Amino acid sequence: MNDGSPHELSAAYALDALDGDELEAYETHLAGCGQCREDVASFRATASALAYDVDLPPPPETLEHRIVAAARAERPNVVPLRQRLALPAAALSGVAAVAAIAIGIWAIHLSSSLDHQKSISKDQKALIDILSDCAKTPTTGGSNGAVCVAPTEKAVLIADSLPAASPDKTYEAWVIAGKRVRPAGLFRGGAGRKYVLLTKPVRAPAKVAVTLEKRGGVSAPTTAILLQAEVNPS
Amino acid sequence: MSNRGEGGVISLRGRRTERPQTTARELAHLSDEAVVALVARSDDQALAELYRRFGRLAYGLAFRILRDDALAQDAVQEAFLGVWRAAGRFTAERAKPSTWLLTLVHRRAVDLVRREQRRRTEPLQPETEQAGAEAADEAELATQRQTIREALRQLPAEQREAIELAYYGGYTQSELAERLGEPLGTIKSRMFTGLARLREHLGEDARAGVGPA
Repeated sequence: MNDGSPHELSAAYALDALDGDELEAYETHLAGCGQCREDVASFRATASALAYDVDLPPPPETLEHRIVAAARAERPNVVPLRQRLALPAAALSGVAAVAAIAIGIWAIHLSSSLDHQKSISKDQKALIDILSDCAKTPTTGGSNGAVCVAPTEKAVLIADSLPAASPDKTYEAWVIAGKRVRPAGLFRGGAGRKYVLLTKPVRAPAKVAVTLEKRGGVSAPTTAILLQAEVNPS
Repeated sequence: MSNRGEGGVISLRGRRTERPQTTARELAHLSDEAVVALVARSDDQALAELYRRFGRLAYGLAFRILRDDALAQDAVQEAFLGVWRAAGRFTAERAKPSTWLLTLVHRRAVDLVRREQRRRTEPLQPETEQAGAEAADEAELATQRQTIREALRQLPAEQREAIELAYYGGYTQSELAERLGEPLGTIKSRMFTGLARLREHLGEDARAGVGPA
């Protein structure tokens, strides 16, 4: 293979000695050449061995802490929604509302939807990004749902099988930080899982709460909190 | 924000707050692969464990390339964060965790050195005093260092030079051709033949990534 063909570049590539057009061309070649991928993998192992021929001062002791703190700050926060009150069935329609969910993407296969749905909205894109972050986080339980807060402080409320609000009512999400209570989105609930992109950032420590309000929503909660998630710094 | 977690949305459940975190003591007994699997689950203690295993090596490599403490720290941090972000996809890669990490460190350091144009290739003075290093780690690293030095020594001088300038100096093959006044094809051959020979000398060690088991 020592013949000037792209195969020969596996060594230079493993040594990070390609750049610009050469690098781009080789990576294109690599994508379609299984033998080259194997060569690169084995040359990488060899190249990494060169790292052991280094006898230098140890890193400062603060580096470990710095790295772990930076990683933690990137971790999304997924917090369960806890039920505060029995859901007031009388106020709710007994019929599962099918339509009019703020933003519902159920049973979407994430990757294929991104490929095929050219007209995906900005909000849906934001929502998928946040959920993709949270999907990496190990989670358990939470029968009512959860709140997922991305490192950007953008958040999605995930409501599970909340009884559908009657036509004259709506669920309203709130972001509560200290004494400040801000409306953060409306949704109707209903069978299955609903995803609501919150319109306000969630900066821990904060609470995300849900109340049932009159249709169209209100600027401050008028009823008791039904569900609540406490978001603490990670 | 592209190319992240596929199909995870629908199975998302519950709460992060009650996720069990492993302790440093439990982690110490795990294989590198198992530690990476925990990192994939956003276990920051597992990331710390990975750092304890390879942080020193990573920093040494970055420092050798960059000759600058702050830049070396940046390169190491970026590499570990790269692991943190992509650990979930690691199983698909055919490499040891140490190889993966050191590849990330190298790429990052080389990017920085090219950007900073601060590449220097004079040999560094080895530290005589190794404050804070564990004696056992020290012995193991020293053995591995010996192995790789031996293997390098067996290469023809011009192959060794091409590999060392590329790996430790961050030179591209085109820059090397210019610097050494050789045709590009010659440089490519030296790298290829030299690295293949090195792989042979290192034998199973190289395939195992040399690093701790």
